[in-house]
Amino acid sequence: MAKKSIKIRAKAKNGVVTVKALISHKMETGLRKDKKTGKVIPAHFIEAVDCDHNGAPVMNAEWGVAISKNPYLSFKFAGASGDTVKLTWKDNTGKSDSLETKVK
Amino acid sequence: MQRRHFLKNTMATGAVALAATSGLLVPLKVLAWNKEAFDAKDVQSAMKGSIGTELTEASDKITIKAPDIAENGAVVPVTISSALGDVKSITILSEKNGTPLIAKFNLKGKAEAFVSTRIKMGKTSNVIAICESGGKFYSARKEVKVTIGGCGG
Repeated sequence: MAKKSIKIRAKAKNGVVTVKALISHKMETGLRKDKKTGKVIPAHFIEAVDCDHNGAPVMNAEWGVAISKNPYLSFKFAGASGDTVKLTWKDNTGKSDSLETKVK
Repeated sequence: MQRRHFLKNTMATGAVALAATSGLLVPLKVLAWNKEAFDAKDVQSAMKGSIGTELTEASDKITIKAPDIAENGAVVPVTISSALGDVKSITILSEKNGTPLIAKFNLKGKAEAFVSTRIKMGKTSNVIAICESGGKFYSARKEVKVTIGGCGG
């Protein structure tokens, strides 16, 4: 994939790492209709987001269609600066992307 | 019910891990995703599907931060944190959405009881947050008034 769909900021403060992530995805519900053709736009959404901290999973999320488009996600875990955080998403069409970053 | 879900989930993650290690990225979509729960049309069955029970205990140790009035139902920022110890999962539901289950966050290892995201809400309703702690489920709710719906066009 040429362009990364994920942006992550991870910051450590007092032993707690706060991760903020933005994923660029249209999160189509499958209920909307195309105004020009009247056809239903098929559902296209992220159904799983996994996050690893130093290679060990800390969070995996199961998402439905009710997460807003271009999803924002933030969560916290105990860690320190220099640790690695890896975020992976997968959508209902089988597409996926992941990004690894270092905690600041 | 609980056991069956456990089996299903472990099988799914195992298969995904296998696919990842062998470099075979077969779309294993339906297997991992809890379709039954996400397609449920009412709160009870959505809860049953996602956490295995519809009985939760109201708790004031769960904090839901969401606007009182959301101007745009397509983007409602919601932050859930909890003072309960050892929270294993946080589930978010919107009572009056066509499919109430929004997301389930499974927390592991060193994760803290905190998640923040943006959700879609069809109309004014309660946002329900359920935290799993020590094998029990605790819930809290907060009403969000929606002036423009976020589902459909």
